[in-house]
Order: sequence, then C-alpha cells, then structure tokens
Amino acid sequence: MTTQQHNMHTLNDNKSGNTSFLASGDIAVIGGGVVGCAVARKMALEGASVILIEKAADILAGASKGNSAILHTGFDAPVGSLEWECVQKGYHEFLEIRESFNLPLLKTGALIAAWTEEQEAKFTGILQKGSDNNVKDLRLLSRSEVLDLEPRLANSIRAAIAVPREYVIDPWSTPLAYLQQALENGGQALFNAEVTGGEFNGTSWVLNTKRGQVRAHHVINCAGLYGDILDQDVLGASEFTIKPRKGQFVIFDMAASQLLNSVILPVPTERTKGIVLFPTIFGNIAVGPTAEDQDGRDDASVDKDNLEALRAQAIEKIPALANIPVTATYAGIRPASDSSGYQVIENSDRNWITLGGIRSTGLTSALGLAQHVHQLLAKQGTNFEAITKPHVPCIPNLAEHLPRDYETPGYGEIVCHCEMVTEREITAVMEGPIPAGSLVGLKRRTRATMGRCQGFYCSARLAELTKGKFAVPLGVGDADD
Amino acid sequence: MTDVLKHENCDVAIIGAGPAGLSAATTLKRAGIESVLVLEREAEAGGIPRHCAHPPYGLREYKRVLTGPSYAKKLVATALNAGVQIVLKQTITKLEAKGVLTIASPEGLKKLTAKRVLLATGIRETPRSARLVSGDRALGICNTGTLQSMYYLKKMVPFRRPVVVGTEIVSFSALSTCKKAGIQPVAMIEENQRPTVRWPIHHATRVFAVPLFLNTRIIKILGKDRVHAVQVVDLNGDRREIGCDGVLFTGQFTPESALARMSHLELDYETGSPAVDQFNRCSDPAYYAAGNVLQPSPDSDNAISIPIYYTADNLPQPVEVAGQCWHQGRITAEWIADDLNGKL
Repeated sequence: MTTQQHNMHTLNDNKSGNTSFLASGDIAVIGGGVVGCAVARKMALEGASVILIEKAADILAGASKGNSAILHTGFDAPVGSLEWECVQKGYHEFLEIRESFNLPLLKTGALIAAWTEEQEAKFTGILQKGSDNNVKDLRLLSRSEVLDLEPRLANSIRAAIAVPREYVIDPWSTPLAYLQQALENGGQALFNAEVTGGEFNGTSWVLNTKRGQVRAHHVINCAGLYGDILDQDVLGASEFTIKPRKGQFVIFDMAASQLLNSVILPVPTERTKGIVLFPTIFGNIAVGPTAEDQDGRDDASVDKDNLEALRAQAIEKIPALANIPVTATYAGIRPASDSSGYQVIENSDRNWITLGGIRSTGLTSALGLAQHVHQLLAKQGTNFEAITKPHVPCIPNLAEHLPRDYETPGYGEIVCHCEMVTEREITAVMEGPIPAGSLVGLKRRTRATMGRCQGFYCSARLAELTKGKFAVPLGVGDADD
Repeated sequence: MTDVLKHENCDVAIIGAGPAGLSAATTLKRAGIESVLVLEREAEAGGIPRHCAHPPYGLREYKRVLTGPSYAKKLVATALNAGVQIVLKQTITKLEAKGVLTIASPEGLKKLTAKRVLLATGIRETPRSARLVSGDRALGICNTGTLQSMYYLKKMVPFRRPVVVGTEIVSFSALSTCKKAGIQPVAMIEENQRPTVRWPIHHATRVFAVPLFLNTRIIKILGKDRVHAVQVVDLNGDRREIGCDGVLFTGQFTPESALARMSHLELDYETGSPAVDQFNRCSDPAYYAAGNVLQPSPDSDNAISIPIYYTADNLPQPVEVAGQCWHQGRITAEWIADDLNGKL
C-alpha cells in the first residue's frame, strides 16, 4: 500500500492528526475504475488531498476491467449531452498528456461498415450527427475505397464511413497512469476498503469502510456498477438504477494482426453500438462486445454460444480469421442505467457528487468527467491551489507496436513467452507504487498469461515469483510429497 | 551450455531443445556438420520430458526405461558430447527468408543467419479460452503442462480437488501427477461415449479412484476468485453440479507454431503445423520442421504410427511420444545434412 505525504495545499482544518481515522483529506473518491482514477488524478493536480477508496484488492475490478479500448471522438454521442462534452474533453486531454506518461496510441481510425442496404440508408443520419457533434472529418467511402484500405474485409461490404480520429489505447495502463500520478502528487489509495456507510456533519464526511473510517470534506461517487447502491446506502436514496449489461469479447491470435488496420464499427442500433472488430494495442484482433442485460453486477462469465456467435460474425466480416486460433475470451459489464446518458448528480448540500451510468465511453470520457467534477466543486466555492510542477509517472510500455522491455538488455529471463514478458517487468510491478493485487492485476500491468497458451508455460514460474503476494494465489499451496 | 549467443552465422540453427531438436542436433554433428546451434528459450534444456516424472521414456533411444527428467538429461548430455552447442534463454522473435532469425536474449536483440533452420518448437494443450468453455474465469483452471511444471519444477499445486476434462494419453499422465502431488481429482469427464484411449484410462481411473463420466460435457465453470464447481450435462440433457476447486483441461494438442504463423512460411491450416514436403522442408527451403510441431495430416499416407500400448481406434491426432519426436528429429537431420551437402 502506498501512503505518501500529503502535499502542502490541503485545507487547514483537515490536518486533524486524529489517529482514529484510516485517512483524512479534502476529497474521497469511491471506486478505482477509470473514472475514479481520473478524478483522483485531476483533484490531486488541482491541489486537493485525495483518498481513493476501492473495495477490491486492485484497481479496475469492476466495469473498467473489460472494454474495447477505443478512444472515441464522440461522433455518435447524443448531441449536446454531457456525455458528448466529456468524451470530447477527455479525448483531447488524453492526446495532450499521453506522451508525457509514455502511454501508447494506435492510430487506427475507424470504419462504420454497411453490409446491407438498410445499414447504408442510415449513413446520412450518421454523417449529420457527426457534423452536429463537431466531428467534421467523417467521410463516405465507396466499396472499392473500403477494400483498398482493408483488403481482407469480406467483399460483400457495400460502403463505409471513415472516422479517421478514432484510436485504440491501452485500457489498463491508462487508468493506472492516472492513479499513479494522483499518488505521486500527494494522493492516497486504499484497497480492500469497501464503503459500508457514512455520515455528513455539515462540513465533512466520515465514511465507514471495511478497513476503518475515512474523513473527507467531499465525496465523489465513482462506484460504477454499484454507484446507485452506494447512494442508497449512504445518502438514503438514488436517482437512478444501474442496469448491468454484459459484453463478451473474443480475442484472436496475434497472427490476425496482419488482417486488419482499422476499427470496424457496425451501424449502431437504438440499444447498442453493436459488435466491433478492432485491433488491440497488444497486437491482437478482438471482436465484441455482446450486449446482454442481466441482474448480476459481478457476473462477468462467458458462454460458449455467444462466443461462437462472435467468432462466426468476425469470420463473416474477415474470412481469413477462420484460420486464426482464438487466444482469449473475456467479458466486461457496462454500468448502464435506467435512463440513457450519464447520471452526474450534484448533492451540494451534502458535499457529494455522483458520477453514474458511465457506460461504453468511460475510458475516453474519464478525463473529461474529472474536469467536470473540478468545475462543479469550483462553482460550489471549493477551491484549491493547483500544483505548479506535478510529478508525471512514466508508465512501462505494453503496446506491441512500440519497443518492449525485452528489447533492452538485462531483463533476466523471459517469463511469459507468448507475450514476451520479462522477469524485470514482473519484479518492477510487484515492487512498484501500485503493486498488482491479483494475477489479473499482474496480467493487466505486464501482459503475462494474456497470450495464446494462457499460462501453460509460465504459470509455474509466475506462481513462484508471486508466492505470498496475492490474496488468491496461483498455487493453493505446496505439494504433499 | 551457455546463456550467451556469440555466433552471427551457423550451419544449422535448431529452435527448441526438446527431444526432436536435441536428436536432430546430435545427428547433424555426427554427420559432420560443423556449426550446429540449439536455441532454447527456457533456462534449462530438455523440453517437456523435464516435467514428466513418469516412465516410460527412452525405450527406443537408450533401450531402457527412464523417467522424463533423466531422459531429458541424457538427451542433453548426448548432444553436448557430440559437439552440439546449446544456448539457453534465447527467444526467437522473427523468422525471415534465407534463415535470418531475430533473437531476444538477456544481452539484447540479436540476429543470427543460419544456412538451415529446424523448427522443433513442440506442442501444447488447448487452453480453456480457445475451447470457448462457458462460465467464470476463476483461478484453478489449467492444462496438464501447467500442473506438471508447477509440481515437478516448483513443488506447488494449483488445486486439490479438480475435475479432469479429457481421456487422452496425457490425461492418464495427469492422473499420475495428481497422485504424486497429493491431488485427488473428483471426476474425469469425457464428451464422447468412449475414452479417447481405452487403455490405460479405465485402468487408471480404477487405480487412482477417480470416477469416469462418459457422454458428459462441461457446460459452465463456477467460481468468483477460485473455481468452486462445474456444471456438466450428459447425453440425456440432465444437468448437475460437481463441486471442485479446479478444472484440468487435458490434451487437445495444438502445435506451438506461432513463429511460423507470424512469418513468411506457409501453414497447413488443418493441423496448425508449418506446411512441409516429403523431407519435412517448409515452403522456404531454408527451413525444416520436426517433432510435435509437425502434426501429420489425418489423411496423409505417411502418418506416423502409434506405439501399440497406446493404440485406440478412435485416437485423433495424437501428441507424439518423445521417442517418435526423437526419431523424427533424427531422420529430418539426415535430410538437412544431405541438403547441405548438395545431395537432397
């Protein structure tokens, strides 16, 4: 656990020195998903003392663990909506800051592909909406222009709209970078600290967590799939209800990377953006997500029928994928809500802001939402003195198109052969500022076990390297001889 | 043996220090080929037999019954005695025309140009993901190779009461490892009406006291952090849950042909192996393949025979036992030597 000295720009009455609190500060951010990490970063940079509270052993344990890793332009967002505003702001801020963090960007561009006449008929509306959303560079491509760009697409394609500035990013290193910057600039993070209740005394909150009490002037609810329940439990009511929507994905072997350059978007329906074919930053091709409404907020299970259907749909669009093995499958759960759009609810009487219903676009919009939170607090008269020269963490690169750790001598040995993960990378993560709390945490930080053998070769070595470090270890113990 | 690759050129570079690679290297040296390098990505040579502690190994090669680890040691010693150079911790990242290899090594990226390259990268089992199995993605799900390397190399175990999926030869090997490691499988399940290999599976399930359920298919894995049960369905559509703390997916071997797949070499999409001619030569004549990475086409005339004690009429593409890999390495090496001498 990293606990660093608070920076000097805290509110005066905050330095209670009361040892009965696990932590105390200006702002408590509840939830270590991408939105929580971005808000923690922003407010720490603005000079607040920030405490991020996460119930799991690691960040990204809920909605943020499974997404399509696309940096959206917002061309298809509801016109004039807060979602559109946050996507646009998030998009631009990410591009401004990402190089300083060493965060990768795959400039894929996207194609909205029409395979039927009905789909093609929606193009006029899509172009108009893009223009209304200030994404001015959409352009119509004929069938032959599409096939010039993506020759491996099934030639039954009719036409496409190019969205040149839709990109692919690293879905896990990005939020990690945000939180790491928050910590390096005075923030704290508490893991395994589920919030069970809290009280507001007119000026500040005391939150009860499973690890102890946390005091903060303001609370930002970024609890994602549990955002409504947190509001109910602590505030007594929630203005929205989360309707979990599962999305399953199938990842094809890296050999597929030669088959596709762009993100292939479907013509969207009322309900969902639909099934996307996309290159990943790690050098694979992925297809997904499905859109399955369900009651379970933690049920990220996969099922064979849907996975087979996804694979079949991918092959229908890129026939050569039939010869490429499947490497991995996964599912994410989007915290959709009962009303469409983001649910940003300000409870200024009680110093509480809820960021709810942040669905598919959260990875892009998180930085924009963080700016929005800062503005809301400023409007309430809560101001801090921004850090003039903030620390910027350098995040290890996991992107396949950029130099990897194994290309630099002195890495010890390669532990994960499929994804070329070195012993040096694993050691750095286990000893780093936000150490992995689980095998999946290690996977997201290094790519270990993410590849085609799924741990066949490296599990034994990983079990040894991480022994005693994970709450749920790889090995259930030593063998009885 | 060394961890440092000093060569920039060699006569033959062999990728993989398992039975096929080591026997090919030994044969090449004995045929008078001067510079023969075996490149191994692990920190130890010997390949999969290193973590298969059960016999029988070595019948064909050494006329005696050995355990996997002692067989592996013997293969390595034989190769070194013959003058083979084995370089460890060398991961090939790229194959290019004319035998140009890019290699990641602890000293940095290197290039090696070989007159001929032999791919002897072996085989692995199909993991849960590629089988598209439904359910939670919890800890405790692995293949036999993982179980065996964890137990034999690190003395750790990934579960105590797994369900074993599959009834291939390797499934038998898995049961034997479980017994040694103090693991008691709660069930062995097979989708078909008969085990893939009839003997020794029936015998083994009796000896190891593991109930065998035929016509039974896993439909869902349950477990939040770690597996706690699997749902299975039988021929009648009856569903039930089996409590367990892991799922061991055995067999369904797939060639470890990623390097070939990512390169200019042609692939046989039916088997997943590099496409080869009658001399085990790939589409680029600087490259050859041997051992388990080269699975015979189901309909090919020269499909390699299976030792009698493993034979079953319903055996699908089997993983070759080490002895056959060794043999295939040897004959492929003879072809490579002929090729280098202009006699192929």
